[in-house]
Amino acid sequence: MDATAEQKYNLDVVRWFAVMAVVYLVVGALVGVYIASQLAWPVLNFDSPYLSFGRLRPVHTNAVIFAFGGCTLMATAFYSVQRTCGVRLWSDKMAWFTFWGWNLVIVLAVITLPLGLTQSKEYAELEWPIDILIAVVWVSYMFNFVMTIANRKSSHIYVSNWFFLSMMIMITYLHVVNSLAIPVSMFKSYSIFAGVQDAMIQWWWGHNAVGFYLTAGFLGIMYYFLPKQANRPVYSYRLSVIHFWALSFGYVWLGAHHLQYTALPDWTGSLGAAISLAMIIPSWGGALNGMMTLSGAWDKLRTDYVLRFMIMSLAFYAMSTFEGPVMSIKTVNALSHYTDWTIGHVHSGALGWVAMIGIGALYHLITRCFHTEMYSVKLINLHFWAATIGTVIYVVAMWVSGIMQGLMWRAYDDYGTLAYTFAESVEAMHPYYAMRAVGGAIFLFGAMVMLYNIIMTVRQSMAEGRVEQARTAPLATATA
Amino acid sequence: MSTKTESKGLQKWAETNIWALVLMTAIVVSIGGIVEIVPLFHMKNTFEHNKYPEIVWDGIGKRPLSEWKPGDGIRPNRPLEVAGRDIYIREGCYLCHSQMIRPFRDEKERYGHYSLASESMFDHPFQWGSKRTGPDLARVGGKYSDMWHRKHMRAPRSVVPESVMPNYPWLDENMVDPEEIETNMRGLAKVGVPYIEADFAAALVETKDKTEMDAIVAYLQVLGTMVKLDDSKAYRE
Repeated sequence: MDATAEQKYNLDVVRWFAVMAVVYLVVGALVGVYIASQLAWPVLNFDSPYLSFGRLRPVHTNAVIFAFGGCTLMATAFYSVQRTCGVRLWSDKMAWFTFWGWNLVIVLAVITLPLGLTQSKEYAELEWPIDILIAVVWVSYMFNFVMTIANRKSSHIYVSNWFFLSMMIMITYLHVVNSLAIPVSMFKSYSIFAGVQDAMIQWWWGHNAVGFYLTAGFLGIMYYFLPKQANRPVYSYRLSVIHFWALSFGYVWLGAHHLQYTALPDWTGSLGAAISLAMIIPSWGGALNGMMTLSGAWDKLRTDYVLRFMIMSLAFYAMSTFEGPVMSIKTVNALSHYTDWTIGHVHSGALGWVAMIGIGALYHLITRCFHTEMYSVKLINLHFWAATIGTVIYVVAMWVSGIMQGLMWRAYDDYGTLAYTFAESVEAMHPYYAMRAVGGAIFLFGAMVMLYNIIMTVRQSMAEGRVEQARTAPLATATA
Repeated sequence: MSTKTESKGLQKWAETNIWALVLMTAIVVSIGGIVEIVPLFHMKNTFEHNKYPEIVWDGIGKRPLSEWKPGDGIRPNRPLEVAGRDIYIREGCYLCHSQMIRPFRDEKERYGHYSLASESMFDHPFQWGSKRTGPDLARVGGKYSDMWHRKHMRAPRSVVPESVMPNYPWLDENMVDPEEIETNMRGLAKVGVPYIEADFAAALVETKDKTEMDAIVAYLQVLGTMVKLDDSKAYRE
């Protein structure tokens, strides 16, 4: 029990964000499994507008990115910034505003998207009034974070905070520019950009939602929680400096690789691809930096299941950041673009990297914030294997279907005519779509096990009055 | 075995002064976007019609859209097509269908001439898509009859047994609201689509007593039919 931390820091808001993150992980994965099943068995659309694939797919992406990802980032950033700076959050009130505001955004998303209210920009679908709310809440999150650092007791700003900060700044730029639109009514607006310029701005947003929100932010998590869990310092300080500046500078350029061979001018796509290739170096440097933090303590993986999540996430991070640049090479992109390979790539990053590092951090943080051990360590291990096996099945299914699609579309027969109709390629995907739904369901099962484990842990902590004890315990010394 | 070394210079400044870190990060993360995006608004070769003006209809901003004939060139959508496009966006069609044909032999044979940037210059927001769970639609206009589209939207598997597309029975039941379409067209005009007063007036007439099915079919049938592209010309380098 860490009474000092409980009384000194605002752990309340962290607890709420952490528990909500786990709830949203289950919700997001559940919708994902449902829409994956619709592609295998279209009868599941039930002829209902509110359940049709086209309206639910943004619910899935928004739930996993902004609900699960957002709550995880807010819980971990608010927790680690207090611990690394040795001071309480700058404003408790503003932190609660961030919590309620962000959850309101999520509720509004769940209501408006099935109603078909959308701006149709991927991962930025929400209509203009919600966009304004997002901007306000996001800035409150950033402002509180920056002011907490400004108040810090330590002389240097710890590396995890650089990454969180970089994400906060970049997402502010991206969200504001990409969402610029003229409203025509309360729930309808038109982007001020059109065609090719709109496409470039959308994918500048799209790839940096991945690069900053899902990478820089989660690297912030990695740089704080992995060393904490392993109880060892980060392997190389110098490598983290290079990792940070190269990633912050380089990621921004990658969006154009989503538009290879389209009507976007060739120079833009080629530039995007060139920098994508160069990004392998800082990405692998960062993955190495995380993994080597364990050097000399690899035996911990045998007993520490939370650490397993973190190391597995770095393996997926390394793999995805190699796969991504390969897919941005023009000749590969000609085959992979428009296919399920992209979906497989996204999920090796999202399930393998983002979710696993987030899950590891959440387990760590929940024991610290509820001042108790996890209800069941065995269930963490079960979750680990479900998450890993589910992800592998998902990704393999999409690799096979993606490459097969790409090859079928461009195949010619002996007479020089197209060998397959489009419909034949759709039919050939069926077994892989079913397999993907199964992989997703296994991952979802793991997430449900986590939710159960966490609910039981919280109940255990409440039954024993742990938080209350920590709050009222007299502190041994008045230091720190 | 942390190899912590003493930071120097700018790095030390950034690590010990939060405002320096904010400033340096804000600058570093803005460069890539500026270099890739801003020139697209200024370089003439972004749009093919700067070199081949004949691909755009010469009546734009001068004559009502009702005077346009198929093949006259790229133009803004007519009112019923605007309604159809709004439905296309609402139902998330862009999540499974692209509207961007790439310059490959197989795509040419399957879908037609590669797409030009000028063809989507009035598309707020763009509908290029990123995934082909279903086929590309950039030039689907005129490929199938209206009747085929209606059957296909109501029950895709009745015409394409392998399809995984949802049924859209509600499109037959919902009516288009002419006043809403007029408002939406005025909104599109604000973001730069060159409509004239006659086009707004036409909205109230042309979308009256139309179902959402009529609208989506009108939109699908115009895709790719506005301009006749010449195979002998290199529109794009």
